[in-house]
Amino acid sequence: MARKILFVTTDQQRYDTLGCNGGVLSRTPVIDALAAEGIRYERAVPQSVVCMPSRSTIITGQHPSTHGVWMNGVPLPVDAPSVAAELNRSGYKTALIGKAHFEPFMDPFGRFTENMLARSGESTFDNSWNDGSVGPHRGFDHLEFATHGGAGMLHYAQWLAANHPESIEQYYSAIDGLFNVNATGGGDTGAPQVHDNPIPKDRYHTDWVADRTISWLDSLGADDDWFCWMSFPDPHHPWDPPMSELHRVDWREVPLPEGYLQSREERERVLDSKPRQWRLWYDGELVSNYEAPKSWVPATLTDDQVREVNARNAIECELIDEALGRVLAAIAARGWDDDLDVIFTTDHGELQGDFGLLFKGPCHVDALMRLPLVWRPAPNANMKPAVVTKPVGLIDLAPTFAAIGGLSPAGWMQGKRLPIDDGDADDRGFERVLTEWDSELFGVGVHLKTITRSDWVCSVYAPGTVHDGTEGELYDLKNDPLQFNNLWGETASAAIQADLVTDLLDNLPELRTPRLQCEAPV
Amino acid sequence: MATVRRDTIIQRSASDVWDVVGDPATIHQWFPGMVDCTVEGKSRIITTRTGLPLPEEILTIDNSIRRFQYRVLLPVITHHRGTIDVFDIGENRSLVSYATDCEPDAMALIIGGATGAALEELRSQLESSKEN
Repeated sequence: MARKILFVTTDQQRYDTLGCNGGVLSRTPVIDALAAEGIRYERAVPQSVVCMPSRSTIITGQHPSTHGVWMNGVPLPVDAPSVAAELNRSGYKTALIGKAHFEPFMDPFGRFTENMLARSGESTFDNSWNDGSVGPHRGFDHLEFATHGGAGMLHYAQWLAANHPESIEQYYSAIDGLFNVNATGGGDTGAPQVHDNPIPKDRYHTDWVADRTISWLDSLGADDDWFCWMSFPDPHHPWDPPMSELHRVDWREVPLPEGYLQSREERERVLDSKPRQWRLWYDGELVSNYEAPKSWVPATLTDDQVREVNARNAIECELIDEALGRVLAAIAARGWDDDLDVIFTTDHGELQGDFGLLFKGPCHVDALMRLPLVWRPAPNANMKPAVVTKPVGLIDLAPTFAAIGGLSPAGWMQGKRLPIDDGDADDRGFERVLTEWDSELFGVGVHLKTITRSDWVCSVYAPGTVHDGTEGELYDLKNDPLQFNNLWGETASAAIQADLVTDLLDNLPELRTPRLQCEAPV
Repeated sequence: MATVRRDTIIQRSASDVWDVVGDPATIHQWFPGMVDCTVEGKSRIITTRTGLPLPEEILTIDNSIRRFQYRVLLPVITHHRGTIDVFDIGENRSLVSYATDCEPDAMALIIGGATGAALEELRSQLESSKEN
């Protein structure tokens, strides 16, 4: 019998939303306990700060340049490498329950497996694997999907339609009448994508994902080895947790985030020190990617709106923590706990008021790039609790899953199994992590690559419609943890800038050719 | 209004490609996600795999320049024009361009995004039938 793997992801969750990472708004005792028993990573970095490329990195263990999913809307080919397929081939039962998003949601033609599976009544479809064989879709022999609301074609939406149709409209409509990301405000402050959702908590997608995970686990034999990716759609916007839970965090008492400068003058001075897309987005003059509401102007964001967004986000994080607790209790009741590895992380962060911005965009700073990551190894593996300060990436998850399953890393994996402490990180060369951004939306192209190394983050911009290729960002994380001071181009930092740029260019990942096409907005 | 264009080169003559593209009743045989198609005069109704009916108006079938144009007629779409051009580029090869002009903008990506896969399927079918 091998170790069992519960892989838990959330969507768009900041590092500082967990108690174990110093967060004070949301209570996350379940994850905090896993961190205390296991390994907590203080500098976990995504390879993309949007969903589809980042999730594709998780499953393939490859950089976006290599797996080819350069932005939302670009589908990951069905025969892309998959660590789930590796585990499945070795005898693991495999499931993905919740938000997958390797394929676009907007799919009126029904071209993508994720969208067509729910109505089929099947647990999975057979598809090609990267080695030319045929097996369950992306290596998962059980798939049940959900996303951020109650509408659509996925399993959760179908379940809601069949059992509680009145709840579909209770959710915020993430898309407006023009098929753009909705900018409509709600709650007490009118903040965009905030909405009072009367749905009962036990129908909300967070509880549904946990319920379906428990149901799948119940279907397994006592001696089965399994890998379950439990993927919560929250705390990604819209911020519409069940109204019954709003009492948990009173937005009026929420302190403003350190990254949110109350002084407009100071905020805009910081924005102006960064490459120009920052200020253009803030002023409502540029939306470079579909994920940010086109008709919302960040400069209109108020202090109270920041408070309310953060409050609702914290509530969603609490609900996830409690749902995870229920799943862990069900696993313990099966007697599996000593053999169980739990890894908790997210796909990318959320600006959540930092620099006067919400959502996500071409902004490679901690708000989007410093992620919560906790690995509680199976107790019978006898690993010591640790805190890892060296940089690791989501690209390192696939080889970690393989290692837990007793497999050698596949040749196509570009990362390394996660270090178990800083000494292990030093011994195995965890020095740098790369992050990429490529967006092309209706003639607006933004392209940057970033290296995170030691106490520095450095971004290089390629020529595009907004940049001429000379722009960059350089932050000293130790002395400027909020990334307010862009040191790019300053004489005093010229040497470290040159060194980081060289290091970045020397380590660029293999480029997939031909380039995959964007086939939908998201 | 937004515009999306996809193109491909097919190892078949422009005449062979136009025989397929210029026949409005057979698009569901090469456009992934379309499962049925009926044509009456200038009216075409597509049914997608999700069960969505897409009523369309055929605007142009020009055999001389090998151009096919149509527009989707849905209340949520204020403007749409799909244009497929087949160019003879010599040596028994064709360049096929599939343009989508649409409002609202996001719909250009939703509809136009699928046209790349359609051209790939068209290329695959025509080149494999040539081999056979």
